[in-house]
Amino acid sequence: MFDLIKSNTRRSWILIAGFVIVVAAFGYLFGMLFGGGFIGLIIAIGIALVMSWSAYAGGDKVVLAVSRAKLVTPIDEPRLHNLIEGLAIAAGIPKPKVYVVEDPSPNAFATGRDPAHASIAVTRGLLEKMNRMELEGVVAHELAHVANRDTRVLMITATLVGVVVLIADWTLRSFFWGFGGGRRGARDRDGAAIFVLVGLVAAVLMPLFATLMQAAVSRRREALADLTGVKYTRYPPGLIAALEKLKSDETIVQSASRATASLWIESPLQREKGLFGKLNHLFDTHPPLDERIRILQEL
Amino acid sequence: MLWLWIVLGVAGLIVLWAIVVFNRLVSLRNRLDNAWSQIDVQLRRRYDLIPNLVTTVKGYATHERQLFEEVTRARSQGLQAGTVHDQEQAENMITAALRQLLAVAEAYPDLKANENFLALQEELVGTEGKIAYSRQFYNDEVQTFNTLTQQFPSSIIAGMFRFAAREFFRTEDATRPPVQVEF
Repeated sequence: MFDLIKSNTRRSWILIAGFVIVVAAFGYLFGMLFGGGFIGLIIAIGIALVMSWSAYAGGDKVVLAVSRAKLVTPIDEPRLHNLIEGLAIAAGIPKPKVYVVEDPSPNAFATGRDPAHASIAVTRGLLEKMNRMELEGVVAHELAHVANRDTRVLMITATLVGVVVLIADWTLRSFFWGFGGGRRGARDRDGAAIFVLVGLVAAVLMPLFATLMQAAVSRRREALADLTGVKYTRYPPGLIAALEKLKSDETIVQSASRATASLWIESPLQREKGLFGKLNHLFDTHPPLDERIRILQEL
Repeated sequence: MLWLWIVLGVAGLIVLWAIVVFNRLVSLRNRLDNAWSQIDVQLRRRYDLIPNLVTTVKGYATHERQLFEEVTRARSQGLQAGTVHDQEQAENMITAALRQLLAVAEAYPDLKANENFLALQEELVGTEGKIAYSRQFYNDEVQTFNTLTQQFPSSIIAGMFRFAAREFFRTEDATRPPVQVEF
């Protein structure tokens, strides 16, 4: 189990490193087209960082409000509070704030910029449909997200996606409005044309690639949260049973959207079938439930 | 003169690394001390819950007197325990007695419907969980700390500044047989 945790962590950081390198290359290409070196990339990073940072720092309040989560006290939900408090001790983090979303579909999410400012929300459906061991497994998974600082990882990937989208946007705009002077005159015509062509293709494909990378990182962190959560409870059957129940449950969370999808324990979005469904799986924020159950059973 | 700069550079890096390792050892040791006292906090909670539980159950199951006396006695022994060994023994007694008490309570439907009892039961189960988790966290931290003090090359720093490996928290097997309940 500890090996799996280490390898998942390593893989997620390798993905992010690869993502960063590709984005840097894309930024350099953009710089070549406009004769400005890396200045374009730096501006894009600055803008994307500002946008992502405000989402990261204040995002938990927004997510909680959008999901219509209500703060609950230990008197309202003693069992939930006891479970969360126990697991917070096992994880060595302060106890997060506890919220309930009045929705019949069983699901849960965690948010907050670091373990000291974290919140965990579960739906009414989860509280009603899961027994103590299963609930503990789910809550452990969410606490693992907090302890692994996955909101920060999400912020990093969101920034990278933002940079890519900005640069792609500028490249395409410039193509329509004509490139600003610079080196074009100094180069031979063939050389410039190749760069322009590559730049355009990249500008169209890069946002797609960036979204795929973001989904891949999200899947890796979800698998890591499963394993870390089980490390806290030392009881895989709890989470396995919960995932099995989630698999057979057909209800969809009403108050989730594509924007908040990656924070929930089970993807709250409809899964599509057929060929487009298969391609769509590359964009999934969560690994398939069957695969998650299989990995836990093999521990 | 270049070789002198190289030597100084390498020496500087080594000192930097030593500082990082030392700080990590200090940080882990403090976490360990914190985790140890955290276990005590949870054990105290259990002590505080027992009188309430005994009173609530007594009202419904008056002839389990022996069990009540067992639990109450185990509790006061735990509060008065001097050595760590005595305390561990008392803790095991309390765990066994509580388990018996909660099992016996299953036979009384009126008691099971009592809200007070249900709340107390939840608190006890929750506290047992927290005791277990705090011990688990302590042991996890001991593992990390010990590994760092024993692995080369951080073992050099650990040895220099006397960071000794800590013991794991082990629960002895309950040496007393379960309490016999006379009906």
